[in-house]
Amino acid sequence: MAWTEKILRVNLTKGTCESEPLNMDWAAKYLGQRGLATKYLVEEIDPKVDPLSPDNKLIFATGPLTGTCASTSARYSVITKGALTGAIACSNSGGYFGAELKMAGWDMIIFEGKSSSPVYLSIVNDVAELRSAEHLWGRSVWEVEPALKAESGDPQTRVCSIGVAGETGVLFACIVNDLHRAAGRSGVGTVMGSKNLKAIAVRGTLGVTVKDPKAFMEATAAGKKVLADNAVTGEGLPAFGTQILMNIINESGALPSKNSSDVQFDGATKIGAEGMAEIRASDGKANLVTKQACFGCTIACGRISQIDKDHFTVVNKPEYWGASGGLEYEAAWALGAATQIDDIECLTYVNFLCNEQGYDPISFGSTVAAAMEMFEDGDLTAKDTGGIELKFGSAEALTQIAELTGKNEGFGAEIGLGSKRLCEKYGRPELSMTSKGQEFPAYDPRAIQGMGLGYATSNRGGCHLRGYTVASEILGIPEKTDPLETEGKAGLVKAFQDATAAVDSSGLCLFTTFAWSLDDIAPQVDAACDGDWTPERLAETGERIWNMERQFNLAAGFTGKDDTLPQRLLKEAAKTGPAEGKIAGLDVMLPEYYELRGWTADGIPSNQTLERLGV
Amino acid sequence: MQKSLNIDPEKCTGCLQCELACSLEHEGSFNPAKSRIKVIEFGSQGRMVPYTCTQCADAWCVKACPVNAIVINHATGAKEVLEDVCVGCKVCTIACPFGTINYSQDTGKVVKCDLCGGDPKCVTACPTEAITYVNADTTGYDRMRASAAIADAGAQA
Repeated sequence: MAWTEKILRVNLTKGTCESEPLNMDWAAKYLGQRGLATKYLVEEIDPKVDPLSPDNKLIFATGPLTGTCASTSARYSVITKGALTGAIACSNSGGYFGAELKMAGWDMIIFEGKSSSPVYLSIVNDVAELRSAEHLWGRSVWEVEPALKAESGDPQTRVCSIGVAGETGVLFACIVNDLHRAAGRSGVGTVMGSKNLKAIAVRGTLGVTVKDPKAFMEATAAGKKVLADNAVTGEGLPAFGTQILMNIINESGALPSKNSSDVQFDGATKIGAEGMAEIRASDGKANLVTKQACFGCTIACGRISQIDKDHFTVVNKPEYWGASGGLEYEAAWALGAATQIDDIECLTYVNFLCNEQGYDPISFGSTVAAAMEMFEDGDLTAKDTGGIELKFGSAEALTQIAELTGKNEGFGAEIGLGSKRLCEKYGRPELSMTSKGQEFPAYDPRAIQGMGLGYATSNRGGCHLRGYTVASEILGIPEKTDPLETEGKAGLVKAFQDATAAVDSSGLCLFTTFAWSLDDIAPQVDAACDGDWTPERLAETGERIWNMERQFNLAAGFTGKDDTLPQRLLKEAAKTGPAEGKIAGLDVMLPEYYELRGWTADGIPSNQTLERLGV
Repeated sequence: MQKSLNIDPEKCTGCLQCELACSLEHEGSFNPAKSRIKVIEFGSQGRMVPYTCTQCADAWCVKACPVNAIVINHATGAKEVLEDVCVGCKVCTIACPFGTINYSQDTGKVVKCDLCGGDPKCVTACPTEAITYVNADTTGYDRMRASAAIADAGAQA
């Protein structure tokens, strides 16, 4: 119940698709999706494997609540060893694809090996087969998805695919489903491309059942009411999307700007929710067309945008005139604030390109910002960039670089290395705003101290989605903590990380946790799944997952020394705003964090901790 | 008084809770593929449109059925399929101009919206009131009201 108890194992080297039973002992310990798929990965691959070798595996996993009527039941995750980081990667997406995979009767797909030529996986319920994708190779996500729907003969087929970025080795390539929803981070799309796997097309008509339908309907209805009554999930996110954060974070002096030289950006209002809603003088329309929910979601934070037809980015390009996935806060920050570009039409166009060619706007924008700083410092010249004047604030430069990065051509191929490798190549490693090789997102740790500890200890590298302490430190959820204080943050970060790992393993969206605690989630999981699922058990499951991921990273070669932040954040004080004069107090928080986790002073989980959690 | 489903596509977010509720009610599982109501997405226009049987008073499906398997529920006005009478000939699916009655390979019968006997589950499930269940004579009232506000705006200026 809730689990389909079936895994599809696809060997791309041999060209085989086989069904096998889900390991239910593992499901009881790791729940589903992130936790359960990571368990399979760590059991099946050598942690030291080259992420782009055939020996790496790529797992698509749903959770037990995916496809049910629980609010936000859309989620699936892609788990692999990350191409960008070499660390454990788990990238989560919404839209409709994940639920369709579940409806077809599969908890998970495990891809292993490498195909000798481009292929895609076709799934219609229990019938799965690999088909040639020679005709799709070199084509964009936006071309592949309609082509595969047509090929399947069923317009209700759902598709995820990689674009040219994933095929050609852009290290932060993503996997895009439903045209503009993405498993975006850590280069999971790059791993997919390395296996010559272009896409998955799935149609599922088998349905999803739960253990106790009556209790489940009651628990999910109660959960939906909590979401509807909450100011963030019931009002803020539906009305403004995640872009509601732009001004809030800017006013908190926590908006990393100009490659984290600054913590506030004058153009914030222009690239945030207000900018999207503003009626354009040129055509009398707003950038924002409507909101769109993912499968099952009663929040509906998704933005659908349309670019001004006369904007320089899309003149004579009608393929970009239609409505598509609009800016989210993280993307708007990376493409705009990090680069000092306040042209929302340009940012929307580049966001469209990210979806069309399949690459992560966070890593891309942050890498461009680092390149801009190197260009202005003279480390990079117009000769290196192919003549592009890569200056902060230049919408034209961002546009040119984005077009090149999507094809992995020219200087775009250098950007496609990601910020860490790019900055090392040009002799300025300190300018890379990364942790464990992954560009961190839109919150400056000098002004939100907990996020600094979160970035430094995140198992998938710099990331806001492993423990969103912004909720507490800025929004006061579940209770307000002082964002400038380091005291108490170790415990806060650990609690958020563990709870998040559990939510990411359930099939639900992390955004519910603006309103839901594990007390709201546990009754839904418990009514759906065999076994007693209490809030305590969910938290322990999350902690178990966190330690399992940590063990993988340590075995892959990471050490406690990698739990760090760029020197800029540790040494250069914030220049303006509430955090003026502050640096990130990581040195204070990290030892306490290790201790709370039951890890040694070097950041290694003690035997006692591993035994307690059964890792 | 009979009621009608009143659909306002402007309010639809595409969450498919209506399809989940419909399939649970009629099929016993969460299975949008088996839902009698479908949300049709027009992506490049940013539009989502819930669509289902509008229960025609003089219904093509009823007229077309050679075995009188589709009957009128006089309490709700719904045209309901009698499963034990339906022979799965699919003539009604040809007759319906809207495509809202469909054949099911699983059962060998046709399926359509039956208004859940007067308590449509899609309405309860919709989080945005894009689907409501209102007096059949006044489905246009909200739009009439919105239009009236515009019509009177000049005089108020």
